[in-house]
Amino acid sequence: MTPTRRKRLAIVMLIVVGVSTATAIAVTTMNDTILFFVSPTDVAAESYPQDRRLRLGGLVAAESVQQASDSLDVQFAVTDGNHDVQVAYTGILPDLFREGQGVIAHGRFDAQGVFQADEILARHDETYMPPEVMRALEEAGHPIEASM
Amino acid sequence: MIPELGQISLILALILAILLATVPMIGAWKNDERLMAMAPSLVIGHFVFALMAYLVLTVAFINHDFTVTYVAMNSNLLLPLAYRLSAVWGGHEGSLLLWILMLAGWMMAVLMFSRALPKVYRTRVLSVMGMVSIGFLLFTLLTSNPFDRILPGPPDGQDLNPLLQDPGMIFHPPLLYMGYVGFAVAFGFAIAGLLGGKVERDWVRWSRPWTLIAWAFLTAGITLGSWWAYYELGWGGWWFWDPVENASFIPWLIGTALIHSQAVTEKRGAFPAWTVLLAIAAFSMSLLGTFLVRSGVLTSVHAFANDPERGLFILAFMTVVTGGALLLYALRAPRIMAGEGFDFISRETALMLNNLFFAVSAGMVLLGTLYPLVSDFMGWAQVSVGPPYFSAMFILLMTPIVMLIPLGPMSRWKKDDMGRIVKPLVASFIASIVLGVVISGFMIDAWSLRAITGWIGGLWLIFGTASYVRTALRGRRRGLPRHQIGMIMAHAGIGVFVIGVAMVSSSTLQRDVRVEPGQTVEIEGYRFQLNEIASVKGSNWIADEARFTVFRGDRELYDMNPQKRRYHRGGQIMTQVALRPGFTRDLYIAMGSRLDDATNAWSIRIHIKPFVRWIWGGALLLALGGVVSASDRRYWRERRAEASKPAQPPVPGTGEEVPA
Repeated sequence: MTPTRRKRLAIVMLIVVGVSTATAIAVTTMNDTILFFVSPTDVAAESYPQDRRLRLGGLVAAESVQQASDSLDVQFAVTDGNHDVQVAYTGILPDLFREGQGVIAHGRFDAQGVFQADEILARHDETYMPPEVMRALEEAGHPIEASM
Repeated sequence: MIPELGQISLILALILAILLATVPMIGAWKNDERLMAMAPSLVIGHFVFALMAYLVLTVAFINHDFTVTYVAMNSNLLLPLAYRLSAVWGGHEGSLLLWILMLAGWMMAVLMFSRALPKVYRTRVLSVMGMVSIGFLLFTLLTSNPFDRILPGPPDGQDLNPLLQDPGMIFHPPLLYMGYVGFAVAFGFAIAGLLGGKVERDWVRWSRPWTLIAWAFLTAGITLGSWWAYYELGWGGWWFWDPVENASFIPWLIGTALIHSQAVTEKRGAFPAWTVLLAIAAFSMSLLGTFLVRSGVLTSVHAFANDPERGLFILAFMTVVTGGALLLYALRAPRIMAGEGFDFISRETALMLNNLFFAVSAGMVLLGTLYPLVSDFMGWAQVSVGPPYFSAMFILLMTPIVMLIPLGPMSRWKKDDMGRIVKPLVASFIASIVLGVVISGFMIDAWSLRAITGWIGGLWLIFGTASYVRTALRGRRRGLPRHQIGMIMAHAGIGVFVIGVAMVSSSTLQRDVRVEPGQTVEIEGYRFQLNEIASVKGSNWIADEARFTVFRGDRELYDMNPQKRRYHRGGQIMTQVALRPGFTRDLYIAMGSRLDDATNAWSIRIHIKPFVRWIWGGALLLALGGVVSASDRRYWRERRAEASKPAQPPVPGTGEEVPA
């Protein structure tokens, strides 16, 4: 090998090693931080990864929202028509949070089986239904129209 | 009748685009002057008809022509004129039309400023851009026609999404699109080079200002979007790693790599194939971004299934553009240009590292954005990839970049010595560490690792860039050329940006509180007193307004009145935040919801955001740097010289940029 070629090879090797390291780190980071979606039916069947933050989705059950009048604590149920999950949250709810609307909550289950949410998402657009929620409702046998 | 004129204009534009993509291209291939000479008039005609279609749609909005479905969906009688004008691009169909108009506009600009280029090459560039336009025009006409009618038209329209009824949103999409579409010029240049089988350095130089301008637009567009999200969404964040944001960020990262790699290729002839590949990638990612966002594939996986026609068209178009370009690349790239060698310690290496990090970063964002789609499509699991992944990857990948940026401009082409590069930077390095600790630790009392490293990194960029200015000015009678001033602004801008990001992420104070009228919330020496909750009325909404007075100590500072609006049409609820911007901190109040009717208690979110303006300030410096750089005389002057003396190659390595 000529010196130029050796140098070029060294650079290429360096790039390959660097990019592979970065990819490896990316994949492990992703594995650690990825959020799995669960529907209330999954929760009832206990088919979800334990000890992880989860992404729970469904509809806010009718007449389930209980807003404390002296604090920011709020409790509500997320339903897919077959099963309900109790969710507790402290903080400000998004503008489009409403009973009967699609919602996504990020958080964990506590010992009592209440989903302690640290983040509640409802989209900017009121005709929007999160796709996972749509599918969960379809699978539970209670499909709804996306545009309500 | 008028909307049909728009439809006809679009069809005529399509016909002209098809002619442009074929006839002059054949002319360039056969070296037939007459066929090539058709290109300019086709470009002009294409622009005129695209403009006409756009104006027709605008007129339909101005006149409340609700027989046009798109107008009925995105406007109504109450909507103010300014928002009716911006509603033209508020939805899917209209934004495609804006894309087409901008592409036609860029083609006109290329036509006007490319007289010095060899005729064959110039013709190919325009033809390739014509091909891109065909794709968009077909997509619009076949699947997303903005001129579709409903007869009889409804008496009143739906509403433009209230989130979009905002000055920031008027300019955000056009800026972003200017950037996306601008990369089509670099793409056209790359493909034209591949078609001709060679890339000349002066062609690379010719394409540099275009890439810089496109990149500057994209930077400004992303910045404006971030600022808009900050004050409009009511969460107080400035970047969410949302797929829609990522879709614009990926082309930006690749574009950043591209402007640096073009510098190497132009000056030294090194990495020509890589530059061409990046130009293809930047535009392909712009296409991907537009389509992912506009087709709804990202926000809703089901959009593909719901509208198979659009989804399929997108796939086909992407395949043709990217696949075709890559195929051409595979066939031609190995032979396009012979570069010169360089040593390990050299500016070429510095720029290569830049490219590596930016390309890998783009890959990481792409991976995180597409993984949920792939996972879902393959039936593995429904997952979402969120900020923890992106933040971790970014800190990892951007830290080396921040450390290396000041070294880049200091280094010489071809061969350099580490000692020589580092020597003038030692003082800046020490100063940034000392001052970083002093400022973050003692002056503003932000004793966290993130704040301190942020300050050190940011100051290192600013001071390191300043040392470069000193070195570059040594022995120079006149000032620095503009392309260098632009680079200096951009690099220092990253420093400002880094400080802003570090401060916001480490020292933001956020309180979600329950407040009744008459109560006071105290945060960090600021007292927020809620005086009353009032009802106010706007042209197309009503609102509850919280009237706050802010005190610091005993001094009354200002009134802040956030609102919770309810829009008449559609009844959408919107949070209107109250903001007090400042150089070192923003005060931010957003209303949540009414908690208790008897006491009129509301949930209120109060933020104190330190240095948040620095984020956008730094980003604007970047964009401005791009524009200043592009305005350099060297890009325009030599072109004129070439026009009179066509065959004069630039002297390689005269190295205006090399200091000392």
